[in-house]
Amino acid sequence: MMNILILLPLVIPFLGAILTLFFREKVSFQRGIFSVSSGLVFIVSLFLLDHVFTTGVFSVQIGGWKAPFGITFVVDKLSAIMISISGLMAFSTSLYAFGSIDAEREKFGFYTLLSTLFVGINGSFLTGDLFNLYVWFEVMLMSSFVLIALGGTKAQLEGAVKYVTLNLISSLFFLVAVGILYGIVGTLNMADLAVKIKMHQDPWLITTVALMFIIAFGIKSAMFPLFFWLPASYHTPPAVISAVFAGMLTKVGVYAMIRVFTLIFTNNPEVTNGVLIVLAGATMLVGVLGAAAQNDIRRILSFHIVSQIGYMIMGLALASPLAIAGAVFYIIHHIIVKTNLFLIGGIVNEIKGTFALNKLGGVYKSYPLLGLLFLIPALSLAGIPPLSGFWAKFSLVKAGFEAEAWFITGLSLFVSILTLFQ
Amino acid sequence: MILFLALITGILTTVGIFLLLRRSLVKVILGLAFLGHAANLLIFTIGRITKGKAAFVPEGLQSPFEPFADPLPQALILTAIVIGFGVQAFLIVLFKQNYKSLKSDDLDDMNTTDML
Repeated sequence: MMNILILLPLVIPFLGAILTLFFREKVSFQRGIFSVSSGLVFIVSLFLLDHVFTTGVFSVQIGGWKAPFGITFVVDKLSAIMISISGLMAFSTSLYAFGSIDAEREKFGFYTLLSTLFVGINGSFLTGDLFNLYVWFEVMLMSSFVLIALGGTKAQLEGAVKYVTLNLISSLFFLVAVGILYGIVGTLNMADLAVKIKMHQDPWLITTVALMFIIAFGIKSAMFPLFFWLPASYHTPPAVISAVFAGMLTKVGVYAMIRVFTLIFTNNPEVTNGVLIVLAGATMLVGVLGAAAQNDIRRILSFHIVSQIGYMIMGLALASPLAIAGAVFYIIHHIIVKTNLFLIGGIVNEIKGTFALNKLGGVYKSYPLLGLLFLIPALSLAGIPPLSGFWAKFSLVKAGFEAEAWFITGLSLFVSILTLFQ
Repeated sequence: MILFLALITGILTTVGIFLLLRRSLVKVILGLAFLGHAANLLIFTIGRITKGKAAFVPEGLQSPFEPFADPLPQALILTAIVIGFGVQAFLIVLFKQNYKSLKSDDLDDMNTTDML
């Protein structure tokens, strides 16, 4: 029974994607199928969450092949949390999409693509095999490539070219790193890798591969020197698509990084965490300074994503249990808040017809409720108590002080003050 | 044989990176294709090449005779090739559409999304 439950977050949206293909002309059917399937995924994920917290980690071997040989799907607390948050996001964006996405895009498979996107995302959260992770990444990326270009406006196509090219390069890095790791260790199962890497006699060889993984996931999660594709592309598609991308996609990269660096590459933490913490600091600072220069709401929010990614990576790099818990909480907080902000940005655009800040005065006067709706997640983003952003930042800063990493902690506080000014 | 394949991988990577750094979009597609081939060949080479020893289990035994060719890297490459093929097809269509709307395939003309 539990075995089937693990696979449901993959099977339901996939079946939904196939079903929507049959109703190309009947958009209302597609809407129904997508919202029902994403709602079901959310319910299933709550069952998973409950099961993980009561009985612990459980897994399923695909096709009955035993662990290091077959493909394993594992649900632990982290992946159960991530699955349920992605189910929630899928459901809420589906409701927003009904009112906002145009009929043209709906007819050309918007819901089908969104379903396959969530298949890829859920697959990445569930898999316990490194090469399988690559495959789910590709499923996710392929759907996102088409989603970002869907509609074919000039800005979208330009953004898509940058997004697609850089993400393909990151995929190549990932593929090569997986191949080399298999050549060195001879297994791709994550749990098996964790055991075998500890026994490996040449830690520096493993560290080299670990740095390749930092590059691969760093491009995907928009880390410091590799983030340029994000502000160039995330603001081009309609608000719903931007919101899903902003909420989920970069966080899948961060999730993969947490998974890989807490489970597999733990043999040489001074080097990997040292690299990560420098990159985290630079990511925070560059993101927030980039945001200060922008005028388009969506571009400001895009740069803020970069800045926030820095906080998550900082939690990972500090590597104490509190810091990693803080990073995970930060991811959850960030997914909800950022999706929310992009969606509200979309509503503002519907009302005023522009995303440019200098033309947007007076929204609060005519729509006070909308202003309030924007204020709550925006303040949460800056980290004002008692909103979720404060607790996320608080736990990270506390972990920073406990680890006596004064510089990065000071930097993170400084950046969060800068965030408040915007 | 391994040395030869390693050299080919290096050459393919060099060509791929060189093409990626050109300004023309068509060359970017070709560059990504070359890099993809380089990655596949690298996985093939690093999986320890064993000639003429297929990993079949003889009747009555539990495992094939050592040494045998590891089939896993080949399975990985097969998957990667299929994915790469799909992505290539999409890339070509996307870049063609982009060329139609922009009337240029020069990467330096593609900066409208980066305006402040």
